[in-house]
Amino acid sequence: MSDLRSLYQEIILDHNKNPRNFGLMGDANRVIEGYNPLCGDRYTIYLKLHEDIIEDIRFSGAGCAISKASASVMTTVLKGKSIKDAEALFERFHTLVTKESKGFEDAESLGKLAAFAGVSEFPARVKCAILAWHSMKGALRSNTKSVSTE
Amino acid sequence: MTNTLIHTDSRRSGERGFDPMSVRNDFPALAVLVKGKPLVYLDNAATTHKPDSVIDAITRFYSTENSNIHRGVHHLSELATEAYEASRRKVQRFVNAKYPQEIVFVRGTTEGINLVAQTFGRVGLKEGDEVVISMMEHHSNIVPWQMICDQTGAVLRVVPMDGRGELIQEEYLKLLGKRTKIVALTHVSNALGTVNPIREMICQAHELGISVLIDGAQAVAHGHVDVQALDCDFYAFSSHKMFGPTGIGVLYGKRELLESMPPYQGGGDMIKSVTFSKTVYNDPPHKFEAGTPHIAGASGLGAAIDYLGGLKMEAIAVHENQMLRDLTSNLLDLHGVSIVGTAKEKSGVVSFTIEGIHPHDVGTILNEEGIAVRTGHHCAQPVMDFYGVPATVRASIAFYNTKVDIEALITGIKTVQKVFH
Repeated sequence: MSDLRSLYQEIILDHNKNPRNFGLMGDANRVIEGYNPLCGDRYTIYLKLHEDIIEDIRFSGAGCAISKASASVMTTVLKGKSIKDAEALFERFHTLVTKESKGFEDAESLGKLAAFAGVSEFPARVKCAILAWHSMKGALRSNTKSVSTE
Repeated sequence: MTNTLIHTDSRRSGERGFDPMSVRNDFPALAVLVKGKPLVYLDNAATTHKPDSVIDAITRFYSTENSNIHRGVHHLSELATEAYEASRRKVQRFVNAKYPQEIVFVRGTTEGINLVAQTFGRVGLKEGDEVVISMMEHHSNIVPWQMICDQTGAVLRVVPMDGRGELIQEEYLKLLGKRTKIVALTHVSNALGTVNPIREMICQAHELGISVLIDGAQAVAHGHVDVQALDCDFYAFSSHKMFGPTGIGVLYGKRELLESMPPYQGGGDMIKSVTFSKTVYNDPPHKFEAGTPHIAGASGLGAAIDYLGGLKMEAIAVHENQMLRDLTSNLLDLHGVSIVGTAKEKSGVVSFTIEGIHPHDVGTILNEEGIAVRTGHHCAQPVMDFYGVPATVRASIAFYNTKVDIEALITGIKTVQKVFH
């Protein structure tokens, strides 16, 4: 159970059950769909960008607890951030949840995102954790319509 | 290599039925520990484990017989050729084909279906013709037909199913017509466990002169397949789902059909003579076996057939049916668990969902308990779409599974529900 608890932390279970910023956004100026064909996780990320600031971010869709909680937590940390900060956070989150990160990433400084550190122990679930982040990154570059983990 | 007489006898004297404990020691992989816990292997529809006799047969081939086949006159080549052709005759008897020439070795079910689509389909289909498949097919019995339909202008038609996961027979009959050239159906659904009434469906197609291919991937490990009794035109299956090695499978085809079909791939072994102006193709089955095949795999498959031959298949069927009933009723006793696919005739596959918990999370947590199940769409996305679920959890059984495995799964699901409480 200890490994499991490191993966399914309270914050992840909470965001899975009560996702934040969940639902459509009518006045989004960037919309992108993310899809993981392996498990069928499918999310749409909505961004309202004003110049280089993420004024608002929401998501809709369905998938496993890890992917949904990751999308939810992501929206809470990215609201108000600049594109540059968001891309930097993407890199840090990516390092956090992939195996190579062990011991290198200062998880504490990532705040809520640190809850996903346990994912690195479950290689099969890394794509779940990273799906919404990949979609968000794609949405920041306006000409993409959908991203896939495959 | 072979089981001792005493061992075999104890299995055959099955008045008290089949005891799975009597065979578990034959499968070394069943003794693997996962996260320090005994493996509970319930992913047999994906692949089955291999008995020592199969593993030994492969080792023996490479140790004492290794050579190429149908070529050399030297000692090892003769041994290898004989071993390969002996396996073909074992397969022939295993599915009760009339002639060994009707047994084509392929890489697996997928290649068998592609072979038929790209040879029989390529010359037999023209614009406006129809290929009939069903809604519960594995992607490997959908995509090869879509590809050949794209190439020939033929049209793919799909037999619908009802909520229980049974094909709607009236709709099937309506789909069959003058334009139908091929029917391709699964014997047992990998995602739902449904056993289709293929004997009747083959007969109905034949009344209209339509050829039928059966995807037998999920059927061969569970009971006797008799291609003559079924009267199917083609029957494709994989060795690795019936306790043999991966990388080899079988396409059975009626002799006259195989003879009339163009070759699949060109290369060595599939020819009688080659000049730059003209090549004369070999006879079936060699016409369809270009290149050096999986010779060791054929020996392994032969050993798997021998192994099954030493078991009492009727008693095994009783055991597997009991396991299926136990698994189903125990799952239904759990709060929030729904079974996807409730056909009257089912084989050892149970797909299910747990309310509020995604199958992927279920699979991860079960794995922590040493339990191997499949989670996902099972290469049958149309089935998932039909039931409106992105994925299911699938537990699939083989004869070596026991009540202990089922109890472990049920306890594991309770743990999953606790984590998500």
